[in-house]
Amino acid sequence: MPTNSLTPVPDNGRRELPHDVVVITAHPQMEHSRVNRRLMRAARKPRPDGVPSSVIVRDLYSLYPDYLIDVPAEQALLADAKLIVWQHPIQWYSMPPLMKLWVDEVLSFGWAYGPGGTALRGKDLWLVTTTGDSQASYHPASYNRYFFDAFLPPYEQTATLCGLRFLPPLVLYGAHKADDATVLAHLKIYVDRLHRYPDWPELSELLYKLPDVVPEDARPDDDEEEEQEEQQRKEAA
Amino acid sequence: MEHTSWLTGTLTYLAAAVLAVPLAKYLGLGSIIGYLAAGILIGPWGLKFVTNPQDMLHFSEFGVVLMLFLVGLELEPRRLWSLRKPIFGWGSVQLFGSAFLLVVAGVTAGLDWRIALVAALGLAMSSTAIGLGVLNERSLMHTSSGQSVLSVALLQDVAAIPILALLPLLASAQAQAEGSGWLGAAKALGVIATIVLGGRLLLRPALRWIARSQTPEIFTAASLLLVVATAALMQTVGLSMALGAFLAGVLLAESEYRRELETDIEPFKGLLLGLFFIAVGMSIDFAVVLTRPFVIAAVVVGFLLVKALVLLAMARLMPLPKVERPVFIMLLAQGGEFGFVVFQTAAQAGVIDAPTSSLLVAAVAISMLLTPLLLVIADKWLIPLLAGQTKKQIQEIDEPQNESVIIAGFGRYGQVVGRMLYANGIHPTVLDTDADQIETMRRFDWRVFYGDATRLDLMRTAGAATAKVLVLAIDDVEQSVEVAKMVRENFPQLTIVARARNVQHYFELLELGVTQIERETLDSALMSARSVLEQLGWERHQARTLALRFRRHNIEQLLKMAPHRKDADKVLATAKLGRQQLEEQFAQERAQAAKRQIRGGWTDDSDALDTAPATPALERET
Repeated sequence: MPTNSLTPVPDNGRRELPHDVVVITAHPQMEHSRVNRRLMRAARKPRPDGVPSSVIVRDLYSLYPDYLIDVPAEQALLADAKLIVWQHPIQWYSMPPLMKLWVDEVLSFGWAYGPGGTALRGKDLWLVTTTGDSQASYHPASYNRYFFDAFLPPYEQTATLCGLRFLPPLVLYGAHKADDATVLAHLKIYVDRLHRYPDWPELSELLYKLPDVVPEDARPDDDEEEEQEEQQRKEAA
Repeated sequence: MEHTSWLTGTLTYLAAAVLAVPLAKYLGLGSIIGYLAAGILIGPWGLKFVTNPQDMLHFSEFGVVLMLFLVGLELEPRRLWSLRKPIFGWGSVQLFGSAFLLVVAGVTAGLDWRIALVAALGLAMSSTAIGLGVLNERSLMHTSSGQSVLSVALLQDVAAIPILALLPLLASAQAQAEGSGWLGAAKALGVIATIVLGGRLLLRPALRWIARSQTPEIFTAASLLLVVATAALMQTVGLSMALGAFLAGVLLAESEYRRELETDIEPFKGLLLGLFFIAVGMSIDFAVVLTRPFVIAAVVVGFLLVKALVLLAMARLMPLPKVERPVFIMLLAQGGEFGFVVFQTAAQAGVIDAPTSSLLVAAVAISMLLTPLLLVIADKWLIPLLAGQTKKQIQEIDEPQNESVIIAGFGRYGQVVGRMLYANGIHPTVLDTDADQIETMRRFDWRVFYGDATRLDLMRTAGAATAKVLVLAIDDVEQSVEVAKMVRENFPQLTIVARARNVQHYFELLELGVTQIERETLDSALMSARSVLEQLGWERHQARTLALRFRRHNIEQLLKMAPHRKDADKVLATAKLGRQQLEEQFAQERAQAAKRQIRGGWTDDSDALDTAPATPALERET
């Protein structure tokens, strides 16, 4: 295991436990987090029924405080998993910067997509997120001007291009003001789903939506290829 | 002088030197032995190419003058002032301690006290040419033993004047006219004052004016003229020419032309010193040696032992590092060129007779021949014994390099920089002066050159004129600043990326216009601070952010302090204020964060299963 982070911690990297679920969590200021920190910890807790947990949690800002992501380690973990969870707060209608860097580097060409890029095919991607604003604000009549779903296409399409099934996101709106009961209820749903996966009621109704035609030279991570990506998106739609 | 004889003379000297010196070096004996051997070979007792070595001795003594000028150039007045104790303290101990013991030995051996005194004073002197020559050859000038050798040599230069004045007094009981003595002293003081004042006020503008003519050979001529004129001025009042040249050098040590002067004078010095050693070799009177071999041997061994004893005591008391002691002792134990002068003057004044004089001169010359031989022996056996390891002579950088990066100093700091560059396909030219270090690095297949980065010619050879970046990683602050200054003056296109030992060093580099400066411990200390915060429960990313912000603030403060770095009070005040500001800023942020959490009605303690507190205890308290 190469040491990549500037200050490597002993458990940075792949654990030899069998795992079905990898939670990728990112919060630039976890110390100030109300909900995401609790979500992360809840995911790490042993199962109440005593069954060994098959969940691995990757706290990106703690693993890579210097933004030096260990790509092979991350890919190895993803390759072994069935469900990939992205758990992060929505910041400026998008993901935190290190999470985005993780996407850029880990979901690489020839591995996650493109020729031979089938490592993630058939797996599931689940977005578990929180918003600072209330659900009501995500409305054409309010200041956020769009329903929350309108901000999700980049996630969906990222999943689709990699052959991942994009599961219905779990969103806690207005996380700053949510009362304790609401948060606890949210945590319960989250943990319950993590542990019961893949035994979710709605899962059988969701089809894997594989990209119909992906040209070999599709490069969503490259600015110069933006046009091609646009074209590809049209074709998919 | 006739045209043909001038040609034959030059031919003889040059051919002898060119043949003997490389041969001696090849045999591992050093250049000085080569010159001496060449002298013996062509002299009146060898092939008889030259029969009157005295003229050449006088002429080539000027090499010593040039050398002291160069030594002076290396010594800024401030540093010379800081050397005053070793010069007058340890220098006097060496000279008068040795002389006293030698007189005692001479008188016990049944000599007349006057002869004993003359012999003692003459033999107590050491050879500046050999001492400083060897120091230069081995780049030992900056070591503590190098500085000690220099100090003693300077004191001898000063002391030579009263000693030479004393000799005629010994001949006749009656003193010379008092008046002329006073007048002479006044004249001497006047000349020294003239040199100091002239050097301070006139030399720099004059050199600037000459440099503006853009004619390199005229600048060289001016450099030589400067030394010759100073020497001549000193000689008219009976002072040591070398001392005058040394003074002129010191006065120019801070001028911007220092490096040019050095580069211009250097070859002349080298050649003249070589000639000087050849002349010494030629002047060994083998007739005397052969008629009284045992007396000579006894004198040589005796005075070397006495001087070595005094020097050993000095080395222990100073104290010098054990490894440096043999060189220190050997460089000062032999007799020197002043000895020749002392004995000649004494013979002329009738204090000692001619045979005694030539016997003593031969003893001094032989001791000078012995010194480099002893050094070779010491290098091979004694020093490795003291250092506990063998040391190889390492070749100085001599082939021109043209890499885009030069690293000066390949210790712990330079190595990391170098390895990182190598890993990325950049092959820097690496210079270091630590022979052990170079040896070790070469074992790891590093191409490290032996070279003193403060030397203009070496930096030029290293490719400073075409390189883009100089990594200044020398750990000695003074040398580092010296290199920075020299590079800024001579290679303005070369960007300096510097390592600073401490804040003072940082400021000094900043003042020279260096902008890429890293304090050597700042970043590793901040890394440790991050680790501490992490151990106390801070989030790793938060610890990183705090460390980086601390770093930025710290450097901003430093730049704010830089303009008045010499005003200790102001620096202190700025530093205190800066620290206060940062503490307040961080405290405010912690308070705001705490408020946010309280406003949210959130406590995290319910999460009993987690071991580490999410919010560090320290943070909650504020």
